[in-house]
Amino acid sequence: MTVIVKTVSSWVKVLIFLFGIYIILSGHLTPGGGFAGGVILASSYVLLMLAFGRSFVASNLPGSLASRLDCLGAFLFALIAILGLVCGGTFFVNFLYQEYFPGEPFALVSAGTIPLSNMAIGIKVGASLFLVILTLAAFRAESQQPTEQDLADPGVRGKE
Amino acid sequence: MNAPLPMFVAIPLVAAFVLPVLKGGLKPVATLLANLVTLTLLALAVMSVGKTGTYAMGNWTIPLGINLVLDGLSSLLLLAIGVISAAAMLFSVRYMEQYTAKPKYFSLFLLMVAGMNGVVLSGDIFNLYVFLEIASIASYALVGFGGEHEELEASFKYMVLGSVASALVLFGVALVYANTGSLNMAQISATIRQIGMNIGLAFALSLFVAGFGLKAALVPFHAWLPDAHPSAPAPISAMLSGVLIKALGVYVLARLIFTVFGVSVPVAWVLIALGVSSMVIGVFLAVGQWDFKRLLAYHSISQMGYVVLGVGLGALILAREGDPLWASLAILGGLFHLLNHAVFKSLLFLASGSVEMATGTRQLKKMGGLVERMPYTRATCAIASASIAGVPPFNGFWSKLILVLAAVQAGFYLLAAVTVIVSLVTLLSFLKVQRYVFLGQLPEDLERTQENGGFMLGAMAFLAVLCLAMSLLVLLPGLRETVLQPAVDVLVQAGTAPAAVVAH
Amino acid sequence: MAYALCFLLFMIGLYCAVVKKNMVKIVLGIVIMEYAVNLFLIMLGYVKGGVAPIIERSQYDGATKAIASEFLNASVDPLPQALVLTSIVISLGSLALMISICIRTYAKYGTFDITEIRRLRG
Repeated sequence: MTVIVKTVSSWVKVLIFLFGIYIILSGHLTPGGGFAGGVILASSYVLLMLAFGRSFVASNLPGSLASRLDCLGAFLFALIAILGLVCGGTFFVNFLYQEYFPGEPFALVSAGTIPLSNMAIGIKVGASLFLVILTLAAFRAESQQPTEQDLADPGVRGKE
Repeated sequence: MNAPLPMFVAIPLVAAFVLPVLKGGLKPVATLLANLVTLTLLALAVMSVGKTGTYAMGNWTIPLGINLVLDGLSSLLLLAIGVISAAAMLFSVRYMEQYTAKPKYFSLFLLMVAGMNGVVLSGDIFNLYVFLEIASIASYALVGFGGEHEELEASFKYMVLGSVASALVLFGVALVYANTGSLNMAQISATIRQIGMNIGLAFALSLFVAGFGLKAALVPFHAWLPDAHPSAPAPISAMLSGVLIKALGVYVLARLIFTVFGVSVPVAWVLIALGVSSMVIGVFLAVGQWDFKRLLAYHSISQMGYVVLGVGLGALILAREGDPLWASLAILGGLFHLLNHAVFKSLLFLASGSVEMATGTRQLKKMGGLVERMPYTRATCAIASASIAGVPPFNGFWSKLILVLAAVQAGFYLLAAVTVIVSLVTLLSFLKVQRYVFLGQLPEDLERTQENGGFMLGAMAFLAVLCLAMSLLVLLPGLRETVLQPAVDVLVQAGTAPAAVVAH
Repeated sequence: MAYALCFLLFMIGLYCAVVKKNMVKIVLGIVIMEYAVNLFLIMLGYVKGGVAPIIERSQYDGATKAIASEFLNASVDPLPQALVLTSIVISLGSLALMISICIRTYAKYGTFDITEIRRLRG
């Protein structure tokens, strides 16, 4: 890609990433949330991939790390559900909201476990979507030698 | 009893996300963990037999939140999923050594199990759709797991038809929501019994029949199954044929028609027509096959026809307000055959995988005389063949007998005759399998074939013992009343009492 | 009328998935079917002149915990929107898998034409 594209995208990617974080963090107050924010996070890396090529991005955020982040996000989400069982007696119970942390409506810190779940989902969606695109880009680069990655496609693991 | 219900979904789901992290030297840990998970699920399923309950996620009450429901029918399916997944996982320990990405395989496997358990337990139709998709997407990936020409082609075919089925189901869900204003099964059923069927609901029901018929591979919709099931690794073929088409197809169809929409004569005839055509066409397509696993896959279509026939016969008797006793006998036959088919078809697929691993081929004509080389595999395979063909001491005989009796008692002599004839053709085609695989002359290039030991044999022996022991389920009244009768009662009561709100 | 158009779109998707010979076009047909259903779901919850179902601070009375009635009357049904979001996520996952299978098949067979990809016989 040309210098203009490279320069602009290296500036803009920070803004996109920040916007994704904003969408995730205020997911319980405005439209958006974990899934939309995660997609935006991944798209900042996709922009980098378009501008600088796949190998540059893969050296910044290797697939193995993204795969671990992906598992971590899902695990955190499940952990919140299980903590609900431990603290509140039922799966997915909003234990923070009821017991320890009432919060005030429309404040950033409110709604108990919902922002935490949003964060977990954001990590999961961002990492898995990044992995999907990284894997699809890998096909073009080495279409004769497919990796094992696509078979256990991390993007299909469940609902967010 | 309230705590374990979400565990059926949560345990495999969490394990599915933990396993891919275990790489390199931790691979044996992943294997051990995966087996522990399936064994835990089996234990939980055995514990859930005979119990009922609902579980509201996050303490949200019913119109607001997602709820899980356990009743007799669910626990029957949970038991089938538990048994087959435990056996298939045990078999995978050794069998999957041929493939590289073993932890990923376990991850997808457990994801599929979580999806199926979710479908069986789910109390509202949209959540059911979500779990259906989780299980289906995992199974698409597993069918293509080998990554060779045939696997990819089969996976694509399966995925296209599966996605069309899912879109049809989602359309049906949307129509039901439009007409009843609810997604909870109990509420929908109460509303339908109040306002009656209208054109939108009838259209939704036909979409559901087409969608879940595709997932269950009943005959007009069966094109994907004979490609997809043989292409998967053998334990996955066992899971797909053994439980996936039942949990995702027949179970949901029965649950929606009986407890949500209510039985009616035209729907019952549709079920019977689907069942009979699957039975007859499936078995005649199977006889001519020379590929071991493909033959088994066609028999899956045929045997699923028995299950649908039993359920449809029960629905017809109930809809005509006949004797509920005969209706419950027909449904008992259908559901018992569902459980039996899960066991013997999984065993057959595992045996075919064992043979394929030892000889490197699936073509019946290239094999022969393996009885000397693989005596244990041969013994288990013979038990399963006798069972699927309905030879007396084994479990398949009893369920077919019950179905024939119910058909005769209800006055459908032609259906009873068809059932017996299909059973005879099944016997013929499994005699062919025994003749070409295990008897006859041992080809020279198979001289050095050896029996697979250890885990693979253990899994097959477990299922073979079950083939015999499950006859007791229907013969011993105590066992029958705790395991099978509650499942039958769920459907019969929902069919006989149209005014009552279903106990969800 | 609008519902009929949704159904038409669904049928176009189904036609595309069943008739077309190119693997990528089949995938596109399936995506069109899914989007037709999503559109249908969204329209189910629509209220004429409705507002987005998100409460503003001015519409909520913190002391009595009451929500302004004009919001309750005007807002569209949020449930179908939640359903559509979930179904979009699911179709994203299955689309990613489908596309990767398409690419792998192309690498193996060198073609997207399903009439030439026929190793499995009926």
